[in-house]
Amino acid sequence: MFSLERWQEVFETISKNKLRTFLTGVSVASGIFILVILLGVSVGFQNGIESQFQNDAENIINIYPGETAISFEGFNKGRRIQLRNEDYEIVTENSKQEIEYKSPLYQIFAGLISHGNNSGNYRVEGVLPDYQYLEKADIIEGRFINANDNKAKEKYAVIGNRVKKDLFEDESPVGKYIQVSGLNFKVVGVFTDPGGDREETRIYVPIATSQIVFGAGTDIRSMGFTLPKEENYDLALKQSNAFAAQAERMLKTKLQIDPKDESALFISNNIENTKEIYVLISAMRVFFWGVGLATLLAGIIGVSNIMLIIVKERTKEIGIRKALGAEPLSIVGMILHESIFVTSISGLFGLIFGLVLLEIVGPMVELDFIKNPSVNFSIAVSTLLLLIAAGAIAGFFPAWRGARIKPIDALRDE
Amino acid sequence: MIEIKDLHKSYKMGKNSLHVLKGINFSVEEGELVSIMGSSGSGKSTLLNILGMLDEADEGSYTLDGVPIKNLNEKLAAQYRNKFLGFIFQSFNLINYKSALDNVALPLFYQGVKRSERIERSMAYLEKVGLAAWADHKPNELSGGQKQRVAIARALASDPKVLLADELTGALDSKTSYEIMDLIQQINDEGRTILVVTHEEDIAQMCKRIVNLKDGVIIDDKKITQVRAQQNV
Repeated sequence: MFSLERWQEVFETISKNKLRTFLTGVSVASGIFILVILLGVSVGFQNGIESQFQNDAENIINIYPGETAISFEGFNKGRRIQLRNEDYEIVTENSKQEIEYKSPLYQIFAGLISHGNNSGNYRVEGVLPDYQYLEKADIIEGRFINANDNKAKEKYAVIGNRVKKDLFEDESPVGKYIQVSGLNFKVVGVFTDPGGDREETRIYVPIATSQIVFGAGTDIRSMGFTLPKEENYDLALKQSNAFAAQAERMLKTKLQIDPKDESALFISNNIENTKEIYVLISAMRVFFWGVGLATLLAGIIGVSNIMLIIVKERTKEIGIRKALGAEPLSIVGMILHESIFVTSISGLFGLIFGLVLLEIVGPMVELDFIKNPSVNFSIAVSTLLLLIAAGAIAGFFPAWRGARIKPIDALRDE
Repeated sequence: MIEIKDLHKSYKMGKNSLHVLKGINFSVEEGELVSIMGSSGSGKSTLLNILGMLDEADEGSYTLDGVPIKNLNEKLAAQYRNKFLGFIFQSFNLINYKSALDNVALPLFYQGVKRSERIERSMAYLEKVGLAAWADHKPNELSGGQKQRVAIARALASDPKVLLADELTGALDSKTSYEIMDLIQQINDEGRTILVVTHEEDIAQMCKRIVNLKDGVIIDDKKITQVRAQQNV
């Protein structure tokens, strides 16, 4: 397969039969092109659905405290539990699961906020940078809180679009100041949230700042986590439950809560609400792969057909080659080599064309249910492998027929 | 060089079986130039196909250069064809998208000879048949006689023990035929064993021995005084 001599033979045959090769190539290239586009659109659908259906990250796990219902280790029942920074750190540092996004939260529900003559009561939340993704807040102006803001305890604020409309009207708020509990906070960004007005009446500030400003010490109200997305729902559920159980165990030990106490610590695990999304997305993926592969199969059958015709057309030539000493295996090799070469090269063209199109056009697509269609690298590689296999399959039957040609029949004068 | 004993061959035609060769006994020494004659249906082409390992006999034995030719699989048959035999056909059977040189080089390709050496050796054979200047031409740019010369060069390229020619002048006019036969005689003069199947008396007379086939048996096998083709050109 890799001998230079064989390559020379293949190149010679191909270059002497340009039209034939071109037509074969086009059918494979278009098959692969359609497959890539379909896969891209399927990813786009997935993105679109995820952004449509959820206000918050769909797999968020929230932990917040309650009151104990069982007395434990000398504590009376009815004790109010207070979470602190260190509790958040225990969970993040000891987790066996990989955490995707994480943030503690400290909030006051009705802070008096003013800018110039406008004022209103809004919820002020102290958070870490990841909170943007937990809440699915989209920045439309400026930026979100970053790690340095928190470290330096900056008095920076990111305000919801509703807050902006109320306080700033048509002005751009970025770089201007708002008063929070009488202190000046500089607005660094404005966000929108798929949750709508209710969630856009919030103001995010660095958690360290909020704890100082509101005199909270190291208290936090709750903490939120997401885990990386899994291939399927069952796996996601398993990981998510394992994480929640582990966090509960660690916190209950640390906070001296009876392991059986169910009202001292609440863990809301959103994962079960995502089942439909997982099912929908996987069904769609199956559908698009199915259609794409069927298209490719049609392409392969096309190539196989053309190769059969080629073998028929070359019957006499194959007969001559056999009379001159070509072994059957070398005939199989010749036809397979040609088939794999033609499908691979033309398929590569289709693949690249599809990828380039997705790369250029993809980001522009922003329909309700399709968002940023794209194909990742591993899919591109697997399509490529598929192609080579396709070439082998397409070439196999014609090659087999070619090998069975009897020189005596092929050379018989008409 | 060739030893054939009691060779039988029949073809199935629907329900009927056609007995084509009915016990052929025949041998050829090294350096002979034998013509096999017979009218159509006499079995001469079948005999040639069996000699050329393109077809297999039902019964009898065939030994070529001391090697028994029996129960060959396709792979071995291909190797033996390449090593022992050179074919020359009535319709030339050149590959039409390859140049004359590449056509001649093809048997060497299947012998696994390196490209540069292939070119060199093929060129020498093209020169021998007087077509060195036509090396880069495709078969459709050559005349019938030139095509047959290329085919002869190709048959010689693998340096075979025996050349098998099937009606090699059948598609040529008589002047060209004699030129081709002149070439065949020269090659024979160098000691190469050649079998020529023909139904043309004048071509047969240019060989050294005539074997006459009729209805699947040899009716006549005699040595003759060779007519030199050169005299008729």
